[in-house]
Amino acid sequence: MSRAATTVGESRSLHRFANPARFVRIADAVYPWALAGMAVSFLIGLYLALFASPADYQQGDTVRIMYVHVPAAWMALFVYATMAAGSASYLIWRHPLGVVAAKAAAPVGAVFTFLALATGSLWGKPMWGTWWVWDARLTSVLILFFLYLGYIALMNAFENAERGQKAASLLCLVGVVNLPIIKFSVDWWNTLHQPASVSRIGTPAIHESMLWPLGLMALAFTLYFLVVLITRMKSELLGARLRALGAAAAEGR
Amino acid sequence: MSRAATRKKKRLYIALLGLISLGTATALVLTAFEDNLVFFYSPTDIAEKGLTPEQYVRIGGLVEEGSVRQLGDSRIAFRVTDMAHSIPVTYTGILPDLFREGQGVVAQGSIGDDGATFVAREVLARHDENYMPAEVAEALKASGEWRPESGQPPPR
Repeated sequence: MSRAATTVGESRSLHRFANPARFVRIADAVYPWALAGMAVSFLIGLYLALFASPADYQQGDTVRIMYVHVPAAWMALFVYATMAAGSASYLIWRHPLGVVAAKAAAPVGAVFTFLALATGSLWGKPMWGTWWVWDARLTSVLILFFLYLGYIALMNAFENAERGQKAASLLCLVGVVNLPIIKFSVDWWNTLHQPASVSRIGTPAIHESMLWPLGLMALAFTLYFLVVLITRMKSELLGARLRALGAAAAEGR
Repeated sequence: MSRAATRKKKRLYIALLGLISLGTATALVLTAFEDNLVFFYSPTDIAEKGLTPEQYVRIGGLVEEGSVRQLGDSRIAFRVTDMAHSIPVTYTGILPDLFREGQGVVAQGSIGDDGATFVAREVLARHDENYMPAEVAEALKASGEWRPESGQPPPR
């Protein structure tokens, strides 16, 4: 008896965060701050990255591509991890908000991944001497891009929306194995791509004058994701409500 | 326990078990295919395995300091080293911007007829993980705190 009571209590406390009305309230409070923070960090970050930061001793001004490439690549991984958390909460605890969040995040993550691949390619031609190679890092990130596309396609492939949601969420969870492969590919295997500079053990291998603009750009990208995620989730929730109201009205007639 | 809670527990265990099996399977596959996943072999790998002229491979390492020689019409010779072993390489063609002594390089080709010199068909530069302004690099070199030719990363 007491066991049942605690389980119900637990699920209620978890459901607190999955309640759409409460989500909209929290999201509305966060939104203006995220938007303002994004604008400020983009302005300062882009100014530092494109004008005020020094040229690299080896790469010259080509190093400036890094200020877009690295945050985009981080976000590609971060957005996927967010989607996986949402998909897991939907598949296991049936939290509808989990799948709404994952569905809203997918195109944003796909764009970040594309941006990382495209800027990397533009950097690779002058620096490496090639647009593309099939090394472990580049290939695993390309697979991540296809996982995003597969998720979006699967989500919309079924007549019955719930079947699409379940299939896509399952794909998203399966794809999680790719995240550690991407992160550690440069350590596990010889790759043309350089190893991590910022998150390596000890001090970062990036000079302070280049680390600041990189950090600001990463903050700007994260806030951009938050802003777009909130907007897309709210419109998704409104759409669901409209459909429900429409169905109710059609039934009442 | 309510039936809904039991089902949730069950789904959680299935998901965890599924992810663990998937992770294990992936790890096994990646370990098995390790030889195909590396983008290049180091000179030490080559010294251990040996190369026949039919094998078309990539070798990678640093361009050895003082080893770059012009052999006439865009023909160039250098040595690729990993500080333990080194391999002589010849290449005809245009080099990438980052190609220089002491920097990383990946050369694709095969061992020449003499059995020792690697004849590259394609040469790619490899950038390391260090980023710093030119003035800082100059200052570190001038003070003797960092000698790039040693193959060691700059001090922090």
